[in-house]
Amino acid sequence: MAHQKGVSTDADDSGRVSLMNDPKARGLIFQGLLIIAVVAMVYMGISNAVNNLARAGIASGFGFFNVRAGFDIGQTIIPYTNDSTYLRAFFVGLLNTLVVAVIGIFFATIIGFIVGLARLSKNYLVQKFATVYVETLRNIPLLLQLLFWYKAVLSILPSPREAARETGVEVAFSINNRGLYLPRVVPEDGSSLILYALILAIAAWFFIGRWAKKRQMATGQQFPVFLTGLALVLVLPLLAFLVTGMPLSLEYASLQGFNMVGGWIIQPEFIALLLGLALYTASFIAEIVRAGILAVSHGQTEAAFALGLRPNLTSRLVIVPQAMRVIIPPLTSQFLNLTKNSSLAVAIGYPDLVSVFGGTVLNQTGQAVEVISITMLVYLALSLLTSAFMNWFNSSVALVER
Amino acid sequence: MDKTRPSIAYVRTQESPATAPPVSTGGAGGWLKQNLFATPRDTILTILTFLFLVWIIPPIVDWAFISAVWTGESREACIVPGAGACWAFVEAKFGQFMYGRYPLEERWRVNLSGLLLIAGLVPIAIPSVPYKRENALYLLVVFPVLAFILLTGQFGLRPVETPLWGGLLVTLVVAIVGIVVSFPLGILLALGRRSEMPIVKMFCVIFIEFWRGVPLITVLFMSSVMLPLFLPDGVSFDKLLRALIGVALFASAYMAEVIRGGLQAIPKGQYEAANAMALTFWQGTRLVIMPQALKMVIPGIVNTFIGLFKDTSLVLIIGLFDLLGIVQQNMNDPNWISPQTPATGFVFAAFVFFIFCFGMSRYSAYMERRLDTGHKR
Repeated sequence: MAHQKGVSTDADDSGRVSLMNDPKARGLIFQGLLIIAVVAMVYMGISNAVNNLARAGIASGFGFFNVRAGFDIGQTIIPYTNDSTYLRAFFVGLLNTLVVAVIGIFFATIIGFIVGLARLSKNYLVQKFATVYVETLRNIPLLLQLLFWYKAVLSILPSPREAARETGVEVAFSINNRGLYLPRVVPEDGSSLILYALILAIAAWFFIGRWAKKRQMATGQQFPVFLTGLALVLVLPLLAFLVTGMPLSLEYASLQGFNMVGGWIIQPEFIALLLGLALYTASFIAEIVRAGILAVSHGQTEAAFALGLRPNLTSRLVIVPQAMRVIIPPLTSQFLNLTKNSSLAVAIGYPDLVSVFGGTVLNQTGQAVEVISITMLVYLALSLLTSAFMNWFNSSVALVER
Repeated sequence: MDKTRPSIAYVRTQESPATAPPVSTGGAGGWLKQNLFATPRDTILTILTFLFLVWIIPPIVDWAFISAVWTGESREACIVPGAGACWAFVEAKFGQFMYGRYPLEERWRVNLSGLLLIAGLVPIAIPSVPYKRENALYLLVVFPVLAFILLTGQFGLRPVETPLWGGLLVTLVVAIVGIVVSFPLGILLALGRRSEMPIVKMFCVIFIEFWRGVPLITVLFMSSVMLPLFLPDGVSFDKLLRALIGVALFASAYMAEVIRGGLQAIPKGQYEAANAMALTFWQGTRLVIMPQALKMVIPGIVNTFIGLFKDTSLVLIIGLFDLLGIVQQNMNDPNWISPQTPATGFVFAAFVFFIFCFGMSRYSAYMERRLDTGHKR
């Protein structure tokens, strides 16, 4: 009886425990305190900032975007002069960042896959070479590698005068301390047809791929999509080129005085940044690829062999598709890392977003809060967009369990 | 069956003589055939790689050793034509590379701090040494205080301003402060991100995703340019401290994600068991969940440390002289300018970074193997 009574009082008590012992109430109180603390901190920071800015006489707001920039940028994709506005300088920097990131991702992925496969090779020399590559580049800071390429390799190349030797002679290829000089393709009248042909070929490739997949699903017959697509992409533009009477010409670089003139110039800063980013990120991608392939159980290989598939087909149809599922999520974060690391361009003077906007514009306007917040938000947006896209892509290749 | 009928099968009555082992599997020739020339494709790859190595290795060896300049007083020794690496430069500047402009007569304090660090690090890295808890306490609390007193000069020691610090000292200070701060902060953030309180969770998610989404260089710009604006008038930090704040916040976001990985891998039964034992949340976390979760993610934690260590080199962009920064600064010393000085300096810095990072990554691999209880094929 006493025991039962005890139970009943316990049950009664549970309805009115002290507030401090009720998880729900405690959670609410704690969260309320947290909000108050955060709001107080933000308020204090902002009021300090307003005071400090007013005392230092720094303007605030985004009015500076429409002011004339007054500085030159070494590499511009959209038209830009020093008469352009800060807004335009911002876009020039952003585009330069995107260009180096996209090209860097392209090369890093290719090199990374090759090295990753080489690390799994049964060939002793190839495997050891790939291991040394990965272990060396992975363990040296990227900034050091960038500075090395820029200051210790590209800067001590001969000058254009020493490299070219003869004035006025056109050269197809020249690398010197002013950059890499390649022939420039000059479009003439009617060359737009070539571009359309290329777009058409890529579209055709896409649709053939879809049709082939559908047909294989229905009938089991395979179609050489890749070869057909490649042929289309090569042949169609070539046809357009011939039909329109070869409306492209090449412009070569030549030495005039102390510098090279004409041709297509790739700045040494860009080369150094690209080399550094691609080689460094490739070493991480190689490890991801290796881990992804090792993650596919050996039974899969054995099963494929038991079905009579040749080793090549086994890797193409059985191993790689399964490895891709493991590879893609960390690969995404490497792509993001590469994009974020491209901000190290500021150390070697490549005009990327941080260098143009967070460097020069910040120094000229002094509006640190606005400039740095915008720079950070751009990177944040790039990160979130990339990860959203890759999440979507990842879910489209993920294992559909029944 | 009728056993009396003679079988048509041929049955050998004598043992056949043993055949010689196939040539291709034994000895050096066999090794070569198996590992280098197994298939035509392998043969081609081997030859191509070999040619590449022949093309690339002799010049490197020549540059680094044979034509290298080992001794000399100034650039005169290194600008001779055909000279390789200018090691004399590294030799002359070695003190700066290690301590920056730390006063010569006070450098014993840096050395002593280094020894104190090693004294804590070695026993915690070896799994069989006991007293791990006390050791961790020493490394995370006692050592930082001692190092702070020694390096900045408190209690009667001569004060040394942080602008005088430099070289490997700054690199290690930034890395260690980043590690020591980011570890507890990362644990809190990881717990917060898995919390059932929506507002706590939201703040943690925003904090983590923000720092992970922006490059470290913008974080450093922020802490060096923007942070002073948000402080009340008259309060100011020195440059090194501002960089440290940036690095620590940045690293703690990454650490939080690594630790969250460990927390997610703990089976739900462990949480339920902790609850069933009537442990409070913090008791359960401290005694049941964290020991398992942290042990599981030791390799990930070490990898974060490696990344952090490499990232410390970025502080040179905001004008601190870490190892890379001071090497770069000394390259412009008019007394030592030569075509080979930049390459020599960078190779030396790369070598130092490599030793630290490679050491840590080997340790991480060792721990991974030690902790691996999965089934290998």
